[in-house]
Amino acid sequence: MSDSVVTSVLPDSIVSLIDVEKSFGKNKVVKNMNIEIQEGEFLTLLGPSGCGKTTTLRMIAGFEEASCGTIKVQGVSVEDKEPFERDVNTVFQNYALFPHMTVFDNIAYGLKIRKRPKDEITKRVNEMLDLVQLKGYENRKPDALSGGQKQRVAIARALINNPKVLLLDEPLGALDLKLRKQMQVELKRLQKKLGITFVYVTHDQEEALTMSDRIAVMNEGIIEQLATPIEIYNRPITKFVAGFIGESNIFDGEVTGLVDGILDVKTSAGTMKVKGEGFHVGESLHVSIRPEYVKVSPDPVDGFNLNGTIKDFTYMGTVVKTSVDLKDNTEIKYSRFEKDEDFQEGDSINIYWNPERAVAIKASK
Amino acid sequence: MNNKNILKRKMTLPALAMAGPVSLWMILFVTLPMLYIIYISFMSRGVFGDVVYEFSLESYETLLDATYFKVIVKSIKAALITTGLCLLIGYPFAYYIAKKPKEVASRLIMLIMIPFWTNSLMRLNSWLLLFQTSGPVNKVLLSTGFIDTPMSFVYTDGLVLVGMITTMLPFAVLPMYSSIEKLSNSLLEASADLGASRRTTFFNITLPLTFPGIFSSIILVFIPSLGIYTVTDMLGGGKVLYIGNIIKNQFGAIRNWPLGAALSVLLIVITGLLIFIYTRFANIEDMEVV
Repeated sequence: MSDSVVTSVLPDSIVSLIDVEKSFGKNKVVKNMNIEIQEGEFLTLLGPSGCGKTTTLRMIAGFEEASCGTIKVQGVSVEDKEPFERDVNTVFQNYALFPHMTVFDNIAYGLKIRKRPKDEITKRVNEMLDLVQLKGYENRKPDALSGGQKQRVAIARALINNPKVLLLDEPLGALDLKLRKQMQVELKRLQKKLGITFVYVTHDQEEALTMSDRIAVMNEGIIEQLATPIEIYNRPITKFVAGFIGESNIFDGEVTGLVDGILDVKTSAGTMKVKGEGFHVGESLHVSIRPEYVKVSPDPVDGFNLNGTIKDFTYMGTVVKTSVDLKDNTEIKYSRFEKDEDFQEGDSINIYWNPERAVAIKASK
Repeated sequence: MNNKNILKRKMTLPALAMAGPVSLWMILFVTLPMLYIIYISFMSRGVFGDVVYEFSLESYETLLDATYFKVIVKSIKAALITTGLCLLIGYPFAYYIAKKPKEVASRLIMLIMIPFWTNSLMRLNSWLLLFQTSGPVNKVLLSTGFIDTPMSFVYTDGLVLVGMITTMLPFAVLPMYSSIEKLSNSLLEASADLGASRRTTFFNITLPLTFPGIFSSIILVFIPSLGIYTVTDMLGGGKVLYIGNIIKNQFGAIRNWPLGAALSVLLIVITGLLIFIYTRFANIEDMEVV
């Protein structure tokens, strides 16, 4: 048993979660979690609040104990290690800076408690201040810093011990949009420069898509999909992922025909085509189509029998979104860079798309 | 210029309306009596125990008299020991409560408060009954063979200390509780995350950040235990004298108001010093008020 576990850990995976579960009382918040985090990668745990992503992070850090399963850091099981014995450091959601210490002392904390020599501490803290561009702020107290500056101190403080893995728990959640975007870019650059593994928790899908090498989309304690941002966006494998990442129109239907990998699907709103592999006739499935790929025509289109009435146009800045009422009282949305001048509210239209652009998703059991 | 004055007057009226009644109350019932005490302390005592309004430093000279000086030192020592023990017992207790869920915490706080719903004289009397020569404590000790003859607990400094600690403990626990409760758990986690053991975290993070609560506890315990006379009267049986008893006696049976006033001034000065030290070290907003 233990042999098989050892061989399943790839040599270059720095953190492994093997069959990890966590319950609080009767409430199981993390179920059967298996994940191999590669050395030097930027991995994001993405999901709505309560999906277990923060709990997963806290188990890696050592603040929570896994109810069962194994967590390994660099191939060594860490169950019996206290947080202060683990080679990982955390950047907390609310920064958790020590309010009674200056910026310098906050950053130096990890070295001071290890009783490093004074000149080494000064040298390292200055390097960190340089790294996060906070030179000149060393004597301020956290209260006298802006949110973005506090964030930088928290990052510098966590990096001073040269951790193998940096855990970040929604670190940008409290910043305003503009600063958040700027910090996203900075964090990504920092991670590339240092080559440290980042495990990043967020509920912001845009943040996850921007920064990550791989994203683990979580929902109700399980990983729905673990893949690169492009794959997650273009090829969601569950209905949840399709709905959670970006915007999608999702239909529940049944395969009625199959020609050259293109499926004919019957739904309550009408019939449609979608590319899909591994499906058979009579199987139920979900069809997901992004608003930017939806096409409309005044005339019927071959293979599609999906018509509706234009409800309204919504101006969103970069795009104009059009809502169309379908005949089963559901709604489909499509977006264009400019408003469709050919149609008016109340017009009857036919909807179709390139079947390659739509995604066929196995029906969840 | 004119506008400014109007604005100023507009601002003063509501401010005065809000602060006025309280200020008036404080002036009438705190400031004036205190000034009167200070005034009397510089007067002399008449033959029949009345206050003679003649300037004199006699009362203050008496304070330096060996008998009184000893009592003062002893009282300060007793108050310090009470404060120290209240902190040592109270801090872990406050910490324990603060880390419990809210509903449990409020029940535990209730438990500390319950003894205070009974009359303090009854409480002190029950201590006497417990510890008297033929009381249950002696009986248990005798029957288990720890001692051969009953011990005399009653009217000793030891029992006075027990009485003081039990009386003062809530005043130590509550401010520390509110300070510890405010301490964010993520700070402790951050410290552990950076490599600090529990001990290191306690001395580097927990203790300094809960210091305002600790200092409030010190003030709230030290000052009353310095002046308290019910506990010392009942459990000390008048045999053990503390400042509080002497002040009470000077204003009561002995009728030497100027000396009583001088002793009171001493307490006021000590209190003032403590508060002064506190405000020098901590922001006034951090101060815990129960």
